[in-house]
Amino acid sequence: MSNIKYLLLRRVTQIGLMFLYFGANAYGWHILEGTFGASKLFGFIPLADPYTTLQVLASGFVLGADVLLGAVIITLFYFVVGGRAFCSWVCPINMVTDLANWLRRKLNLDKEEVNYRFLKRNARYWLMVLGLIVSAVVGVAAFEVLSPITIMQRGLIFGFGAGISVVIAIFLFDLFGVKNGWCGHLCPLGASYSLIGKASLIRVKHDHEACTNCMECKIVCPENQVLHMINKESISVTDGECTNCGRCIDVCGDDALGFSIRSFGNKK
Amino acid sequence: MANSDNNRRKFMATTLQSVGLTALGGLLWSGYTDEVKASPLVLRPPGALAEEDFLKACIKCGLCAEACVNRDSNKNKDGSKRDGTLQMAKGGDHRMIGTPFFIPTDVPCYMCDDIPCVPVCPSGALNEESVTNEKGELDINQARMGLAVVHKESCIAFWGIQCDACYRACPLMDEAITLNYQKNERTGKHAFLLPIVHSDVCTGCGLCEQACVTEEPAIFVLPIEYSTGKAGDHYVKGWDKKDQLRAGDRNLDEIETKTERSEQKASDYLNTEVEY
Repeated sequence: MSNIKYLLLRRVTQIGLMFLYFGANAYGWHILEGTFGASKLFGFIPLADPYTTLQVLASGFVLGADVLLGAVIITLFYFVVGGRAFCSWVCPINMVTDLANWLRRKLNLDKEEVNYRFLKRNARYWLMVLGLIVSAVVGVAAFEVLSPITIMQRGLIFGFGAGISVVIAIFLFDLFGVKNGWCGHLCPLGASYSLIGKASLIRVKHDHEACTNCMECKIVCPENQVLHMINKESISVTDGECTNCGRCIDVCGDDALGFSIRSFGNKK
Repeated sequence: MANSDNNRRKFMATTLQSVGLTALGGLLWSGYTDEVKASPLVLRPPGALAEEDFLKACIKCGLCAEACVNRDSNKNKDGSKRDGTLQMAKGGDHRMIGTPFFIPTDVPCYMCDDIPCVPVCPSGALNEESVTNEKGELDINQARMGLAVVHKESCIAFWGIQCDACYRACPLMDEAITLNYQKNERTGKHAFLLPIVHSDVCTGCGLCEQACVTEEPAIFVLPIEYSTGKAGDHYVKGWDKKDQLRAGDRNLDEIETKTERSEQKASDYLNTEVEY
């Protein structure tokens, strides 16, 4: 069962965090309160989502100190250790898109894939900037009015209502539409974490000597363009788009991939 | 040479495509966002900024709703937890998604002394200052969540039936709602007990709306901007010394108010037909 170690760890983390958030509302726990937009850890440490914070600032409102401090804390956390770990270790939508991705493989939908020329992986960066512009123009945090991430999170905490349809839409889009369509192409929040975590310390490292070129890692990787070094050279995955999900490590039968601390210097 | 020319053309084309699609997305996105923020008849928590600013500021964290539902006083008599006043707008609620609001007929605001929902707000969407009195204490009576309005045709007290449910439910009894006694000419020997809402005191908590006995409440809370009119600055109360100060020491003929109507003589107003 070692080939699902990180998968299990991630699910435990994701569900555990959601349960703490849920308990804050349902049972009055003071461990992790609020939602991703802004939270309180242990009742006093403020946390806030950097991209959400930027949107509110762009809309023309000077936010309270709690949110600003919270956004700094989260930014520093992912800047130092997390990379895009938010996406694969925290975000609940990840479970939806992972399921869609897994089903795609089981149903052989990948083989029929159309090349969506108009939807490239860098679309999310355009959307991220666009989200800030729309926030400024309309005067309200623009991604937050349709973000499936917080809609799903609030759904789990306060009840879904019709919000469940957004989650289903993401699932269908990823399953029958574009492979890794939401997380890998569109999500501006993921894009913001790509930028924040670009230089983070914890990285997947590839060992070229051990690799047998089976390509299992590239099949499971939701951002497989970051694995360009497979069977080529022994370096770390340094692209910000790597979510540090560890699936490649799980499926690697050759011990050619593993988490390591990013090494700076000429060997990289 | 030809190759680099090709590359450049390709680069230009894809850049143009990206910019174009981004513009398309921006138009759709702006339109959608502008539509979803238009839900005027929504009641916000105490201390909320004016709706336009509130929608900017609210970061949709739900800390207010969590503080509301988990406050110590929010218990049934058997000790079980009640629903909180504040709900977080879901898809289908037709209010800006993820923002807190309340529906008085479901659960009104019970006007807690310690106002648990306001100090927890991290973004400033709920302004603690607006519910703080001169002594620096939290004072829920300063909240202006809305204003109760009486629809006198459906209010049975206006029919002459004795009902003072709203008056008694009001946490600021005899201040926010007073009873106006009038003679019932129909019977000749009874009194009307007419509820009158005082907008300078009413907090918009909605306890009256919830208590109202009619099939659809005859007293209900509306956001203040939809339940109040405005006389305009050019009306000065001649019998009110304080109000007269606004006119300063100017003489009557110095004061000139220009409205559409002042183009004509005052007497014309009575002699011309109303235009439809």
